[in-house]
Amino acid sequence: MSAISAVTLVPGTAAGAVFVLVEPLSFWGGLDAATGAIIDRWHPQCGEVLTGKVLLMERGRGSSSGSSVLAEAIRAGTGPAAILLLTRDAIVTLGALVANELYGTACPVAMVAAADWPALAAAGRLAVEAGAEGATIGVA
Amino acid sequence: MSVALDEIDRALLGGGHGEAARFAMSLLQRFAEAVEAPGFIDARSAHIDGCLYHGQVSLDFVEHLVRLGGRVRVPTTLNVGSVDLIHPELFRGDPALGSAGARLMVAHEEMGCVPTYTCAPYQTLFRPGLGWQVAWAESNAIVFANSVLGARTNRYGDFVDLCCAVTGRVPYYGLHLTENRRATVVVEVTGVPPEWDDAGPVCVAVGHVIGRRCGERIPAIVGLPAATTEDDLKALGATAASAGSVAMFHAVGLTPEAATLEDALQGGVPEEVIRLDAEELRDIVRRLSTVPDGTRLAAVSLGTPHFSIAEFARLVPLLDGPRPAVDIYVNTARGVLAELEARGWDAVLREAGVTLVVDTCTYVTAIMRDLSGAVMTNSGKMAYYAPGNLNIEVAFGSLADCVASARAGRVVRR
Repeated sequence: MSAISAVTLVPGTAAGAVFVLVEPLSFWGGLDAATGAIIDRWHPQCGEVLTGKVLLMERGRGSSSGSSVLAEAIRAGTGPAAILLLTRDAIVTLGALVANELYGTACPVAMVAAADWPALAAAGRLAVEAGAEGATIGVA
Repeated sequence: MSVALDEIDRALLGGGHGEAARFAMSLLQRFAEAVEAPGFIDARSAHIDGCLYHGQVSLDFVEHLVRLGGRVRVPTTLNVGSVDLIHPELFRGDPALGSAGARLMVAHEEMGCVPTYTCAPYQTLFRPGLGWQVAWAESNAIVFANSVLGARTNRYGDFVDLCCAVTGRVPYYGLHLTENRRATVVVEVTGVPPEWDDAGPVCVAVGHVIGRRCGERIPAIVGLPAATTEDDLKALGATAASAGSVAMFHAVGLTPEAATLEDALQGGVPEEVIRLDAEELRDIVRRLSTVPDGTRLAAVSLGTPHFSIAEFARLVPLLDGPRPAVDIYVNTARGVLAELEARGWDAVLREAGVTLVVDTCTYVTAIMRDLSGAVMTNSGKMAYYAPGNLNIEVAFGSLADCVASARAGRVVRR
């Protein structure tokens, strides 16, 4: 996989193992900020831990309180290392942005093209470099 | 895509209105980019949901704004918090959590927010008017403002709500624009169970269907009972926003942008028509209960969203009779409590075994004393969330059924 360009939603640099959400997850009621685990009983990946992962989620879902839960997880060090989206999502963007502003903890968020999704999802580890001008994603 | 900035936006970003406003405006700018809003407009009011504690970050965010000298620039109401500040003894959770939750509430007051602490701000003096552009959070308040009042807001939430309040600006997209308020689904109520003596259960059932089947689409409802009240529409919206992502509905002949079905559809053709008959309504309401009739109750909980004076006026005469066998909790606004006291109704309610809960709600915090049995409610929202949030069984029924069941100590239907 050669380097892929993406749109920066929240700037930052991070790397980690890839975790692909098979269904959208509402962070409020779906993510335990204390442990980084998925706790939505109806989610097929319930019990899996997102800490330190490069999280691939097609789109966001659910309550706007999800911003708080994501920001709290990033603060507590249990959050994902980076988030890659297919569609813009205000709840995810805001959660990561607030954590970045308050704690200086970068959890970059980028929006990637649908054509690049399969290659990203198939990668083992990814490095995300999201700057003001745009993001670059490569194999870590 | 870049967001167009007016002079005021540039002034806010440049720090001309203080550091807190600069910080808030820079977050709003990123938010606007994320939702692809082309620019901003003035907000006439804001309603904040961020005063409910979700963890250290909730407090850090607000304290940061307080430290930067943040003040809200528009009339700003507050949603429920984690504790009842007037009756703190009702709180049964972790004391550390309780004090952090209370500090979060007070920090919002320090920024000039009005301590309404209610999820029904639309039933206070701060009720927006038709066509007002506002920045509101809390799913039921959003639906009510858009649908019943014809005010205009998107589904704002944590962090953004306060940023809008501190800047007085709101991104101009989505439901702020007339063309996006058009109904695309028609929900037709073709029959109502004759044994239901008020419109409450009908509205809860319709709200549930809308939540499950409309996604983010706007429905136009035809055929609600003529006796449908504002509080019934409140219940409809709250249930729809719990079961789904609905931000607005039209009720033809009842809501301000739907004098006719054509108005609600803005002359367009619906992409789907959902018909509901009496049997379907009965079935939906039956499935809101997780326990059968006759089940022993631990408590009855009313007022999700917060009970209005009109709802108390229906409850008070129902309480005339034998004292209930189980606790009855009623969540309401502190403003409504003051009105109850002025009317002398608070004493009547307490005498009848009612615990009045203000500033918070029994479904988001540890208040109810006994959770050893099922909890009965007339709220579609409470019925939706309580099994997950509180890990309890629920029974749903009309207001009269709830009072009768409180007396019997088990689920009964009149």
